[in-house]
Amino acid sequence: MQLTVNGKSYDVNVPSDMPILWVIRDKLGLMGTKFGCGAAQCGACTVHLDGQGIRSCVAPVSRAEGKEIVTIEGLNDTLSKPLMAAWTEIDVPQCGYCQTGQIMAAAVLLRDNNNPTDQDIDNAMSGNICRCATYQRIRKAIHLAAELKKSSS
Amino acid sequence: MAGVIAVCNLAMMNNKIVKQREAESKAAFAEAYKVFMHPRCMNCHPAGDVPLQGDDSHLHTQGVKRGVDGKGLYAMKCSSCHQAANLDGDHLPPGHPNWHLPTAARPMVFEGKSPRELAMSFKDAKFTGFKSMDQIIEHVEHDKLVQHSFTYGTRPPLSHDEFVAKVKEWIGKGAAIPDK
Ligand code: FES
Ligand code: FES
Repeated sequence: MQLTVNGKSYDVNVPSDMPILWVIRDKLGLMGTKFGCGAAQCGACTVHLDGQGIRSCVAPVSRAEGKEIVTIEGLNDTLSKPLMAAWTEIDVPQCGYCQTGQIMAAAVLLRDNNNPTDQDIDNAMSGNICRCATYQRIRKAIHLAAELKKSSS
Repeated sequence: MAGVIAVCNLAMMNNKIVKQREAESKAAFAEAYKVFMHPRCMNCHPAGDVPLQGDDSHLHTQGVKRGVDGKGLYAMKCSSCHQAANLDGDHLPPGHPNWHLPTAARPMVFEGKSPRELAMSFKDAKFTGFKSMDQIIEHVEHDKLVQHSFTYGTRPPLSHDEFVAKVKEWIGKGAAIPDK
């Protein structure tokens, strides 16, 4: 099966119902994306499929054929730079486990909404669970990332 | 004189037939209503912007919201988790390529409505967005998500065929509005 991940083309020999998460971690060695629940409950495994946030633990790899997967390793600069700067500035992560998913979900929000309100952040992020409850810092960091993104463009 | 009596008899008979058809129409709606208000149908016709889940129709976990097109918001689109088909295993998302709620402009709320209120809604083109009552039949008979509701989880109290027959009967016999 032909896959495009972070702009690179891969030929993988896997069953068509293997979750995308397994393929990117175990076959392609891209370990940034995390396994949390395996049941679409927590958001730790969020990646982008043709720009849309999906939970890769339940999405069969057949869904990605002919489409573009982007993982946290390949997030483009316009989004990754402000997010990284804001996350560092606010010192968001505690254990860090959920943060890939948080950032990939936040990236979709920032791409689609230049001025996210607290309500927009709730709407976009309430499905991403953080066991360490870093929610307030995530909220702050998204506001900051939105500012940084605007000022750099 | 005999002619007048005959006309009166005919009018009374007609009246009786009309009343009977109306009663049958209402009875058919009462049956179909059990399906409309069953979690498999009502969970996607909620009163708010959050879909419902499960047989107790609790608010969908993760706080997902309808969005303008009924397909969710940002990284919480329906299709972020719901695949093109049901996933095997407990507590995994059911699926269909077109998983969605009604749109924000036309949310088609069932939740909380009495039979009378629901039937009146169905006859209101602003509620349904349909041009004719036939399109209600089309929706309940052929919509793939409606069909899916009869194949997944705790099933509605009628089979899909029985349900469609009741909706057809309700409309065919005049789409009478229930008393309550
Ligand atoms: S690991 Fe995919 S949603 Fe939790
Ligand atoms: S930082 Fe620990 S789970 Fe979110």
